[in-house]
Amino acid sequence: MKRAVKPVKPKPQLRQEIPQNKIAGGDFFDKLHAYRDLHAHALFSSLGRLVDKPFTTALTVGVLAISIALAACFYLLVENLEQLTGTIESSNQISLFLKDAVTEAEARRLVEKISKNHEIAEIKLIGKAQALTEFKANSGLDAALDALEGNPLPVVLEVLPTPAQSNVDALKRLQQALLQYPEVDEAQMDMQWLERMQSIIRLAEQATESISILLGLGVLFITGNTIRLELHNRREEVVIAKLVGATNRFIQRPFLYGGFWIGFLSGVAAWFIVTAIMLLLWRSVENLSLLYEGSFHLRFLDYGESVFLVLLSSGLGVAGSWAVLAYQLRQLRPE
Amino acid sequence: MLKFDNVSKRYSEAGDVLSNISFHLERGEMAFLTGHSGAGKSTLFKLIALIERASRGQIYLGGHNVSHAQDRQIPFLRRKMGLIFQDFKLLQDRTVFDNVALPLAVAGYGHHEIARKVRAALDKVGLSGKEKKYPLTLSGGEQQRVGIARAVVNKPPMILADEPTGNLDPELAAEIMTLFTRFQQVGVTVLIVSHDIALIQKMDRRVLTLDHGRLVAG
Repeated sequence: MKRAVKPVKPKPQLRQEIPQNKIAGGDFFDKLHAYRDLHAHALFSSLGRLVDKPFTTALTVGVLAISIALAACFYLLVENLEQLTGTIESSNQISLFLKDAVTEAEARRLVEKISKNHEIAEIKLIGKAQALTEFKANSGLDAALDALEGNPLPVVLEVLPTPAQSNVDALKRLQQALLQYPEVDEAQMDMQWLERMQSIIRLAEQATESISILLGLGVLFITGNTIRLELHNRREEVVIAKLVGATNRFIQRPFLYGGFWIGFLSGVAAWFIVTAIMLLLWRSVENLSLLYEGSFHLRFLDYGESVFLVLLSSGLGVAGSWAVLAYQLRQLRPE
Repeated sequence: MLKFDNVSKRYSEAGDVLSNISFHLERGEMAFLTGHSGAGKSTLFKLIALIERASRGQIYLGGHNVSHAQDRQIPFLRRKMGLIFQDFKLLQDRTVFDNVALPLAVAGYGHHEIARKVRAALDKVGLSGKEKKYPLTLSGGEQQRVGIARAVVNKPPMILADEPTGNLDPELAAEIMTLFTRFQQVGVTVLIVSHDIALIQKMDRRVLTLDHGRLVAG
């Protein structure tokens, strides 16, 4: 009151004038404990509020858990598909058709040369006579072949690359390298099948990403709305807290923890849903795998992925509530 | 302590509710704000409590010009005033202790500090031993005393009461007024909004009278 307001100064510098002692009273440790207690109280009271309304909580958590579980299932589907192609790819072989003039003795020397390449796991030589026998047996064209003079089939080397070479690019490189040998006439592999399979997986990956983003947004909106309703129900309390000098940070703290709990519980529930679905599929997949010589095993969420799932859903819960609170608390004024 | 300098408040729907209000309450002064209903008492209360902002003019609280205070500064300014309401504004699902402790919890006080100050405040308003009760189990007069304990627990330099005795019978109202006088005696500035002329006359203090948004006396 004693301070004269200078008329030339349009707006006084309020920030320095108004005292902002956020934490008042008591010694340092008392304040520290007070801060910790504030968080602990918000953490447990918000959980208590959810537990007090089991039906509402179960509904919200159920919806969220199903969304999160859906995204996680898509992810596992893609992961398992990739693993499946992995096992098939590793048995992908390159057939080298040698030139007509190459004798079997020369072919055996070539096998020795090629096997020094560390990218190759195994080479099998199929001689002309053996090839003819196999061909006759499998094709049913023995009469036609008998009519031919001599053996029209070349010597064939079946090259099995190491599993490290199982992707398309590595295989193509290997194929080119093998073509450099003068004895080799043609190097064949079933590339098309591989490429198709890989593009299908890429498509599935992209679809999973888009769907996961949509489901994640859904989680964000649902938690946001849940917190908005909670805020509405506790409107009076919020107004009174504001009137006795509560900052928005103080008011939003228990609601943020509420969002955290909703996300956390949904993440845990989603994990159980995913695991239950995988357990249901497991037996059928194992049976199917047995028919294909048991090279494929269903992949579950591993430890890191499970932790990530729960962390992500908790994070979405906090983010959803934060967005709503940032907007709504500004709107909510005492009357 | 509290100074209004040519303050006006205009609502787009209702026009000027307060026009050119100027007054000055000294530290430790006790005053009543009165006027017919619709005279602007509640609006004036809201301006002081920073619930509403003035359209024109300057408001000073404890020497600070708060007319342009930012939203995030308001909580800290509110901690310097104890607000008391006609409808008490107590949290019904919390005990008396928790209700009175709220301003301290909000300000970040520790457990021990809170317990000590809450007991002291409840003792001052004559509610010792009722800490664990819930507001609804108390009488109207007791509930208002819980509201007063909450307003003074943080030892604010100013108390602002909006029709604090509006819901109470004359005997209880007199008790509440005695309490206010006691706070004034220890240096607290007290402004009481009331339309209870009889009570105001009995108290014999400074009276600010509003009439159609203008200060006609005080």
